[in-house]
Amino acid sequence: MSDSPQWFDEEAGPVVRPYALIRGRTRSSGDTFDLVATVRAIGDPPGELGPEQQLILRAARSPISVADLAVELDLPVGVVRVLLGDMRDHGLISVSSSSAGGTRANERILKEVINGLRAL
Amino acid sequence: MDSVLSEDPVALKILVAGGFGVGKTTLVGSISEIKPLRTEEVLSDRGIGVDDLDGVEAKNTTTVAMDFGRITIREGLVVYLFGTPGQERFWFMWDELSHGALGAVVIADTRRLTDCFPSLDYFEQRGTPFVVAVNCFDGAAQHSVDDVRIALDLDDNVPVMLCDVRRRTSAKEVMITLVEHSLRTLTSAN
Repeated sequence: MSDSPQWFDEEAGPVVRPYALIRGRTRSSGDTFDLVATVRAIGDPPGELGPEQQLILRAARSPISVADLAVELDLPVGVVRVLLGDMRDHGLISVSSSSAGGTRANERILKEVINGLRAL
Repeated sequence: MDSVLSEDPVALKILVAGGFGVGKTTLVGSISEIKPLRTEEVLSDRGIGVDDLDGVEAKNTTTVAMDFGRITIREGLVVYLFGTPGQERFWFMWDELSHGALGAVVIADTRRLTDCFPSLDYFEQRGTPFVVAVNCFDGAAQHSVDDVRIALDLDDNVPVMLCDVRRRTSAKEVMITLVEHSLRTLTSAN
């Protein structure tokens, strides 16, 4: 495998599959992370982290959503979830899904959103 | 209520759905900073027979790029827009996206009205609040909102509006209409 991934075509993406990063796994404790769940870095990073994990820690110094992380790392969401699941298990990050979606969408928030959209 | 002011940001999801090429990407881009979000998904049974996998049997995942936009209302309150792939074979993604979603915009093109039927059915079944935005393409014959409502057999309470997804003000109106509709749905349920 070369350092610069060759692209098969737009559809297929790089020949070096992203799942190589997570040793072929497609599942971890991070499976259920919502796309808009908030990720933040906690604890001290150990020395031997991979580049993707380091990028995640850097990006999550301030709260960031799972989807934003995937965009930032240019990796499929599934891959990012596996990475995040591992990192949470190792106490490197916290993932809060309590802010995910409508469960907290109360009247006041929605009115605030409407006013905010009007002001755009 | 005050818990909302805790340090965790409030993130709201809005889905943008509709047939292929109807203007989902344009709508998301008109109102937010748009980025492609890559998902790599295992093909569901729905994809069998739709995706021609002959000769590529090893390929059982497919890369799907979703339109992803973010509108920051204020610090700690963000609206995320997800342009969902319109084809039925991607419904397994919709299940995740629509979970906890504030609501959905279904974009319709009156020249291909049937294209938005699957989206309408989906959100009706899930009970997700949605609005129908009729994208008025250049020179596209204008139909009245009432005609579209009848053609789509929509409930009276579902907002139907004409829009031009390329225009920010129009995209804004669509989003505001949706959130107002979600708010009405929320308050009438309580």
